[in-house]
Amino acid sequence: MYKIVSKKILNSAVISMEVEAPFIARKAKAGQFIIFRVDEFGERIPLTIADFDREKGTVTIIFQLVGKSTKILGAKEPGDMILDFVGPLGQPTEIEGYKKVCVVGGGVGCAIAYPSAKALFQNGADVDIIAGFRNKDIVILEDEMKAVSNRLFLTTDDGSYGAKGFVTDQLKSLIEAGNNYDLVIAIGPVIMMKMVAAVTKPFGIKTIVSLNPIMIDGTGMCGGCRVTVGGEIRFACVHGPDFDGHKVDFDELMRRNTVYRKQELAESDHVCRLGLEVKNNG
Amino acid sequence: MANMSLKKVPMPEQDPQVRNKNFTEVSLGYTPEMAMEEATRCLNCKNKPCVAGCPVNVLIPEFIMKTAAGQFEEAFDIIKTTNCLPAVCGRVCPQESQCEEKCIRAIKGEAVGIGRLERFVADYHMEHSSAAAVPPVPNGHKAAVIGAGPAGLTCASDLALLGYKVTIFEAFHKPGGVLVYGIPEFRLPKALVQKEIDNLTALGVEIMPNMVIGKILSVDELFEDGYEAVFIGSGAGLPTFMNIEGENLLGVYSANEYLTRANLMKAYDSEYDTPIRKSKAVAVVGGGNVAMDAARTAKRLGAETVYIVYRRSEIEMPARLEEVHHAKEEGIIFKNLNNPVRLLAGDTGEVAAMECIEMDLGEPDASGRRRPIEKAGSNFILDVDTVIIAIGTSPNPLIRSTTSGLEANKWGCLVADDSMATSKPGVFAGGDAVTGAATVILAMGAGKIAAASMDAYIRSKSEQV
Repeated sequence: MYKIVSKKILNSAVISMEVEAPFIARKAKAGQFIIFRVDEFGERIPLTIADFDREKGTVTIIFQLVGKSTKILGAKEPGDMILDFVGPLGQPTEIEGYKKVCVVGGGVGCAIAYPSAKALFQNGADVDIIAGFRNKDIVILEDEMKAVSNRLFLTTDDGSYGAKGFVTDQLKSLIEAGNNYDLVIAIGPVIMMKMVAAVTKPFGIKTIVSLNPIMIDGTGMCGGCRVTVGGEIRFACVHGPDFDGHKVDFDELMRRNTVYRKQELAESDHVCRLGLEVKNNG
Repeated sequence: MANMSLKKVPMPEQDPQVRNKNFTEVSLGYTPEMAMEEATRCLNCKNKPCVAGCPVNVLIPEFIMKTAAGQFEEAFDIIKTTNCLPAVCGRVCPQESQCEEKCIRAIKGEAVGIGRLERFVADYHMEHSSAAAVPPVPNGHKAAVIGAGPAGLTCASDLALLGYKVTIFEAFHKPGGVLVYGIPEFRLPKALVQKEIDNLTALGVEIMPNMVIGKILSVDELFEDGYEAVFIGSGAGLPTFMNIEGENLLGVYSANEYLTRANLMKAYDSEYDTPIRKSKAVAVVGGGNVAMDAARTAKRLGAETVYIVYRRSEIEMPARLEEVHHAKEEGIIFKNLNNPVRLLAGDTGEVAAMECIEMDLGEPDASGRRRPIEKAGSNFILDVDTVIIAIGTSPNPLIRSTTSGLEANKWGCLVADDSMATSKPGVFAGGDAVTGAATVILAMGAGKIAAASMDAYIRSKSEQV
């Protein structure tokens, strides 16, 4: 059992929680993830580690209320317990040897982009962050991202905050303005990562994406999280979750992530029972 | 006078057409009368060939004599001296190629039903005895076991009985390894596995779930934490795929994933949230026990048609005869001497068909089995909406890649000598992590040998001091 130490509501559908997990906190690195199981009946759900405090022995997770398990977790309060919490899984983000990096986060993906930006920034790299949201109401982690970057560029689809437009527009104009990034990290919806990789490819800028396929064990055993990278099957849980964005088959990943959607929709009355207000606005 | 019947007392089973729609156990087990009758078929041979066939050397004639006399608890005590998981072994061991293969009665007629009797005695004990295990006197030493599967549980049990303070580190949220994620409920009820594990914790063994060694702690850190020897029983690992077109389509599973969803995550039970595909027609690729388990699970989850697609013939199948027999009874269709060529997508990106090619058998290959050869032009289409690939696994690199001085062979299996010692002092290994995918009982045998070696290792070190 793992105790929830603190909870912050970042927007109407995104929650941050600090969880007591001293062994994981001791080893965690940016880019790695945990898997939680909220109760005996819950699924095993992977979440990227958003932050960690080795001294306090806590790990912070930021998640969107999208499915049953995340909704049950989101309804928990400090002092409550999570049944299972395992990690740190996956390979850490490579942070050595980069001088100028652009980290691109989309929606709740900013929660995953943040620790990578922080690690790179603390390692001495120049870090620009582009953070994109649908609108002003769902902006998260603005102060945190500002604190770990040289420049933060906020975009919203509707122009209600920051620049109007997509992260890709911002990225393209920064590159064209002569910013010589030696690395771009893109984390967000699969379609956004695909578009970012398409922007950087003509410029030959190394682009790392963090993938979020469906998985169970997180140790390589089930193969459910397999993705095609450079024509080869890779397991996101052990070989990733970071991969070369210019080699990932994003269309396949998008398809694979919909595998249970039909079934979930058919069973969605289970979700309603919880009486939680949920807006799908990541 | 021994009972000279050539046949075993038949095992009561659920009717195939009933059981292929439920997840309760297929074989119902002997009654005390049946067990006593079967036990009288044992000749109590002086040289006990059966015992030599058992990887953990259960004292077979001794426990069977007690069973014949109706002294079931005494029989249980005898089994328990060498086997910490009798209710499991009685169900999933391949007795026909181990103890029962060596049985004198098998020369003419059927072997004594050793497995069935072991199961009966273990079940009888669980049902009737409430005596909790008494923790042995501590010897003041600590040992660590990585992986709570058959190898790790056996190793931990033997070490605990010697007085060691044993901690098992398990990656999953539940202990049991393949006994809980792989072997289905209808072959091995999970409540029973839990009882065996409860016996272990009653001996003082501590089980820490959610601990992926190699990630959260390294093997070297276990030594720093005061563990004097470490056993690695981390299991088989990463599923192998066929590298054919269409393998990443929706509806294509590794057997590991399919079975883990169904067994560990209980996807067949609507109370649990983990989803699994609702299928009409399923093709399972492979001919081992895992393939049989996947096929029979798919049938129970409601698939109308379930095929086993295997590239050799039934004679070469690695699955136990009993599993093949049960699968056939339950309506699984065997497409032997066929191999998948590619998987075809329907409009939605989901798998809709499997193209296969017929095979002939040629000369024996390195495995000693006849090599399958494609029959040119014999391709045909099998309409399926789900494909489960059960062609094996490769060892998990998590521990190997994070532990210096740990030697592995070219396939990635850890190298261990006859005493289960690895190339790293104080580190022992056994089970699928060493052999590649094998059986529960072989893993248990390895765990047993390792426990004895770890005891000797720790004692020799503490005597030096």
